[in-house]
Amino acid sequence: MSAREEVLRRIRRATKDVTEPDPALDVPVDWTYGRALDTPDVLADFVEKVEDYKATVVRVDEAGVGQAIVDALAELGAMSTVLPDGLPSQWDETVVDSGIAVHRDHPELSRAELNVIDAVVTTAAVGMADSGTIALDHGEGQGRRALTLLPDRHICVVRSDQVVSDVPEGIARLAPGIRSRRPVTWVSGGSATSDIELIRVEGVHGPRRLWVILVD
Amino acid sequence: MKPSIPIATVKLLERLGCTVSYPEKQTCCGQIMTNTGYYKEALPTVRNYVDSFEDYDYIVGPSGSCVGSVREQHAMLAHRAGDGGLEEAATAVAGRTYELTEFLVDVLGVTDVGAYFPHRVTYHPTCHSMRITKVGDRPLQLLRAVRGIDLVELPMADQCCGFGGTFSVKNPDVSIAMASDKARHVRSTDAEYLVAGDQACLMNIGGILHRQRSGIHTIHIAEILASTEKEVSVA
Amino acid sequence: MSTRERLTPEPPSWLGIPPFPEAAKAELGKAQQRKNLRHATATIRTKRAIRAAEVDNWEELRTAAAQIKDRVGRHLDHYLVQAEKAMTEAGITVHWARDGDEANRIVGEIAKAKGVDEVVKIKSMVTQETDLNEHLEEIGIAAWETDLAELIVQLGHDLPSHILVPAIHRNRSEEREIFTTEMGRYGTPAPEGLSDEPAELAAAARTHLREKFLRAKMAISGGNFIVAETGTLVIVESEGNGRMCLTLPETLVSVVGIEKILPTVEDLEVFLKLLPRSSTGERMNPYNSFWTGVTPGDGPQDLHVVLLDNGRTNVLADPEGRATLRCIRCSACLNICPVYERVGGHAYGSPYPGPIGAILGPQLRGLDEARDRALPYASTLCGACNEVCPVKIPFTDILVHLRHKVAEYKTSKHPTVEQGLMKGAGWVMSDGRHLALAQRASRTAGLLVKGRWLGPMPIPLAGRWLQARDVEAPPTETFRQWWKKNRGDK
Repeated sequence: MSAREEVLRRIRRATKDVTEPDPALDVPVDWTYGRALDTPDVLADFVEKVEDYKATVVRVDEAGVGQAIVDALAELGAMSTVLPDGLPSQWDETVVDSGIAVHRDHPELSRAELNVIDAVVTTAAVGMADSGTIALDHGEGQGRRALTLLPDRHICVVRSDQVVSDVPEGIARLAPGIRSRRPVTWVSGGSATSDIELIRVEGVHGPRRLWVILVD
Repeated sequence: MKPSIPIATVKLLERLGCTVSYPEKQTCCGQIMTNTGYYKEALPTVRNYVDSFEDYDYIVGPSGSCVGSVREQHAMLAHRAGDGGLEEAATAVAGRTYELTEFLVDVLGVTDVGAYFPHRVTYHPTCHSMRITKVGDRPLQLLRAVRGIDLVELPMADQCCGFGGTFSVKNPDVSIAMASDKARHVRSTDAEYLVAGDQACLMNIGGILHRQRSGIHTIHIAEILASTEKEVSVA
Repeated sequence: MSTRERLTPEPPSWLGIPPFPEAAKAELGKAQQRKNLRHATATIRTKRAIRAAEVDNWEELRTAAAQIKDRVGRHLDHYLVQAEKAMTEAGITVHWARDGDEANRIVGEIAKAKGVDEVVKIKSMVTQETDLNEHLEEIGIAAWETDLAELIVQLGHDLPSHILVPAIHRNRSEEREIFTTEMGRYGTPAPEGLSDEPAELAAAARTHLREKFLRAKMAISGGNFIVAETGTLVIVESEGNGRMCLTLPETLVSVVGIEKILPTVEDLEVFLKLLPRSSTGERMNPYNSFWTGVTPGDGPQDLHVVLLDNGRTNVLADPEGRATLRCIRCSACLNICPVYERVGGHAYGSPYPGPIGAILGPQLRGLDEARDRALPYASTLCGACNEVCPVKIPFTDILVHLRHKVAEYKTSKHPTVEQGLMKGAGWVMSDGRHLALAQRASRTAGLLVKGRWLGPMPIPLAGRWLQARDVEAPPTETFRQWWKKNRGDK
């Protein structure tokens, strides 16, 4: 008997007391999915929670995004940045005009190349206020996963209409992408560890600095 | 059980106008056997409990742990033994079984029982009172109403004292480590008395406190609530 | 092969650890460890309490999580077949393993086929359970742990002592010492003059591991969840070492217990709210990765999942113990447990310590070993774990149930002294007249002793108790006698 058959046979024997074949009827789940939180000011909550992770949040209007990116790169001391495909051209041009070394991911940058680039600038898919989480679905303007991992500073532009109150609403927005097999990455603050005496230390392997530009 | 506790319980309930009976057939909830894994050996206590108390309106026990065992384990033991009749009877009797402070606050509707106890006291909410029987803050409501009492908060009060029935015999070193920490917290309050709703925990912590010559006495909550200006029920 | 030099630091064996009471005694003697544990558990359980209290419908979430997990457990064959199909369609190669050895063999064969001599690993409980690293070491493959605490444990020739923070028993100065002496032997050494500041220690780990990440061709992970509907794997982590492993190498093998399934994508909302708050006491952990098969041009192009039983079906087969499989390995039960706080994790004799270890271990492995028969008794039944568990595992009920199984196991072989005592107590307590008889004997003892308190005495079973505690002498008048005298007419 294959391991597959053996394990499935063991499971069926172990659950022979279960007589209702429909899982949903057998164990109803008392939960309403996708509910929003009753948050008075979702954007303010988002800012507060993201800042609580010691990340930086700046709020600008649409026209000011390009300059805000340039300012962030300067503030973070970045000498080079990678710009993924699909960033709005106005932002891209502003960054290029600022004179910083700009890298593109085509041809695909090697791990070693990415490792020495100071920063990455991306858009996002969803912001979740209650937990201060940003979800990337690695679509246009977000790059493949390694782009937001190896450079040490991540500047992430989130549109206010992408921000929802909480995780359940966030999952609801991300579900179609997950169902079409997009990889998804959630970022809540910079990389951190609490492995040493349960003290939170920002910065282990992922980008140590997260800088969020919230577009009102 | 240390006799002063049921004696205080009887006097307190009578003072509040209850008619108290003591069916001599009664013994013990059987928890020590159940919690050590000896279900068959515990079953006679379930039967005896039902036989002893079936005819009473309210069964009151001055122990959160024993009452918890009656309410949470008796029916399970009868069920396991395949005794449907006993299971039903045990469930019914358990439904009328109250921990002393629950009975005072919920059934009699009193928090000021007219007690007088002019001492510095700290309260340990025993695990089973708190998490199984779920007496909540009823003991504190009652203690706060005691005249003359100086009630001080116990640091890390909600942590177990390390008794755990046969745990203290099977894992004596861990038990002593836990009881010693509890005793340290009690001493830090400068209380004269440590009060709780379970004698076993008091015996455990009190054993350490006495060995350390701390001068801190242990006392059951029934004993404080039974004390009045006229009659001090402290041994 | 035994003469070959080892590729990775040699860990001690779990098998050398005696049953809990004896192991606990040894652990209690470690003063620095006790201090470290007290500080760390107090810190993290306080954080958990704050973060749980922030959520208005926390209890509703716990109930939903328990229900979802029960639904999965009771229909596990259905969900596993669904998950297998979805994963296969998404380009994942799915393997099944009856036990740890089989899982280790599968992973080893994949590594051999890829021609790699080293792998990077994300912290995974299940590969600790199967002792995968030692299997890989034996076949000439170096497995590098990349979680900071796992790195501390691995470089320290140590065993993990906590589910979430495996080096919880260590403090910063011990960790500095381990990094300074060991890092250079296995790669980039610790920087000169490394201090014991947590930020500096974390930076040293970053540098040491970055080299390994950049060259790694194969990674091994566990998995927090597999969504049956889509075949999506989810990993929850903090440091980004997980993202490194999940993103950079060409090959990724995820070994996942069969109970880790969730039915739908939407079910994630319940667990992603509960897990971080229960686990690290954060609103959300820094990184969550979701992947659904192979994404061309992004991440590993060769994905494997090994679905592992290794005793889980034993747990499933006992309707009273089954709720154990709800566990999402958050470790809230460890942090709140007063026994764990004093003893630490090693005394539990497996990578699963604390209350969850005390109920999971004996069910996964059975009761044939003395250490597994001791585990259900490694608790005072204080019930603190019941209250913090995000999936509402009824720990104390299951502990008592397992004690019953242990008692049955022992007495099925031959009558025991303990059984005799319990039988005796059962007889005494079966009727008030029996109890009165027994009390007469104790009253006689009370009259004999006369003193109010008793000190150290060589009384069987109670001897150790009396080494540390005094006891009051038995009363000279029982309540029964008092009642007869004072209320007897009633």
